[in-house]
Amino acid sequence: MESWEIIRSVPYILGGGLYTILLVVGALALGFAIGLPLAALEAYGPRPLAKLLGVYVWFFRGVPILVLLFLVFFGLYSSIESFILSHFGARVSFSPFSASLLALGLASSAYQSQIFRGAILSLPRGQFKAALALGFSRPGAVLYVVLPQALRLSIPGWTNEFSILLKDSAVAYVLGTMEIMARAKILATFTYRHVAYYALAGVLYFALTFLGVRLLRYISRETRIPGLGQEI
Amino acid sequence: MRTPSSPPPPGPLLNVVGVSKSLGGKLLLDRVSLSLNRGELKVLIGPSGGGKSTLLQCIHFLLAPDEGDVFLDGVSAREMGKKNIRSFRQEIGMIFQDFNLFDHLSAQNNVAIALRRVKKIPKKEALERARLELRRVGLSGKEELYPAQLSGGQKQRVSIARALAMDPKIMLLDEPTSALDPELIGEVLNVIQDLSEGGMTMLMVTHQVGFASHLTEEILFMENGRITESGPPALLLGEASRSRTYEFCSKFMEISGRDPAAARPSSK
Repeated sequence: MESWEIIRSVPYILGGGLYTILLVVGALALGFAIGLPLAALEAYGPRPLAKLLGVYVWFFRGVPILVLLFLVFFGLYSSIESFILSHFGARVSFSPFSASLLALGLASSAYQSQIFRGAILSLPRGQFKAALALGFSRPGAVLYVVLPQALRLSIPGWTNEFSILLKDSAVAYVLGTMEIMARAKILATFTYRHVAYYALAGVLYFALTFLGVRLLRYISRETRIPGLGQEI
Repeated sequence: MRTPSSPPPPGPLLNVVGVSKSLGGKLLLDRVSLSLNRGELKVLIGPSGGGKSTLLQCIHFLLAPDEGDVFLDGVSAREMGKKNIRSFRQEIGMIFQDFNLFDHLSAQNNVAIALRRVKKIPKKEALERARLELRRVGLSGKEELYPAQLSGGQKQRVSIARALAMDPKIMLLDEPTSALDPELIGEVLNVIQDLSEGGMTMLMVTHQVGFASHLTEEILFMENGRITESGPPALLLGEASRSRTYEFCSKFMEISGRDPAAARPSSK
């Protein structure tokens, strides 16, 4: 009878998996969109700007995700909401899901920028120089010569970032985002079967990690430059 | 910029005037001047750290000189300003010691990418041009290979094809054979010789004194950021000249077991 209850709850927790996937993919995409230009500017941009961006990275690396989550939700969001209320008279409220996505994405952008930066700096600078010599602009040389190689080199580090972010996304439950962890907690609280439901959540996280890592390894293999490097 | 139909202005194709450059408080170039006429090949030799590579990069404005200017076909690089310097660079082909091929692109795409992204030539046309340039340097059939699959000599020839595809008015070669195994040097030198005989204007930094002295009318000896000696190889490489160039080159020749006098071309 007990195990039947647990099996019946699987679709409910799987539904949470959908939120987790959306959250992780969204945060990774946001982190990528911010992190990649950040890395390019840190490596090839003007010196003072690179320093400033360094501060950004230090901030988001140094603050726990949970703290970021609260700062975004209770700080940033409520001040934007009250600003809109006082200036436009409209009452809006942003979802906890978007706050989780923003906090995770910002934190990830700092880590991703360091992955890309390492990859960019590991490339021989001569190729950049050769591109300039051919008449490329600096952004053009970064876009067509540096980044296509740096992105390939970043895949292993990025795979790691994915698996960390996936598990970090569990903190989103504190704001009531109905992802895997939140649903497991609800079930556990109602049924007192803590071990069973948290174990089920664990299995789900493991499965998602496994699938994601396999997918990224496949991409890494498919984009390998002939004659260069080895398979991971 | 002039239209192609107008006649070239008189005077040297490349004119380097009083170029100085300091980096990190060290004077690397000290008022260097030189000029090359159309179709001429000049050779820069001298000890490492003497400023040869810095000079090439300053001519190309990859490093902006602190003082002085570079004129290509009468056009001042300084007056081009930061924005237009890219079109100035396109007219100067640069060959590096360590090739600097783009590792993620096939040989053909290495040659085609600047045609497509800088000159905005359509993909099909650019690839066709790349194929022709690879054939010119003897690499037909290697179009699909990536840099990591090529030998050093082949890589350097791809880099020469890449520079040629941009239709440069002049080529700057920075020790093009120094990173090559001895048995691969010949294939690159052959290409350079063909280019020179085809009328390409070239300034080459090299330690291949024997090869260089057969092709060049003038050797420039560079030391401590200055061109200290210059003259035809027959003169500078003669033992009787008591030149610094002779002294420097004879050390190379000792290693390779040759006599600098033998490198000197017989009277032309």
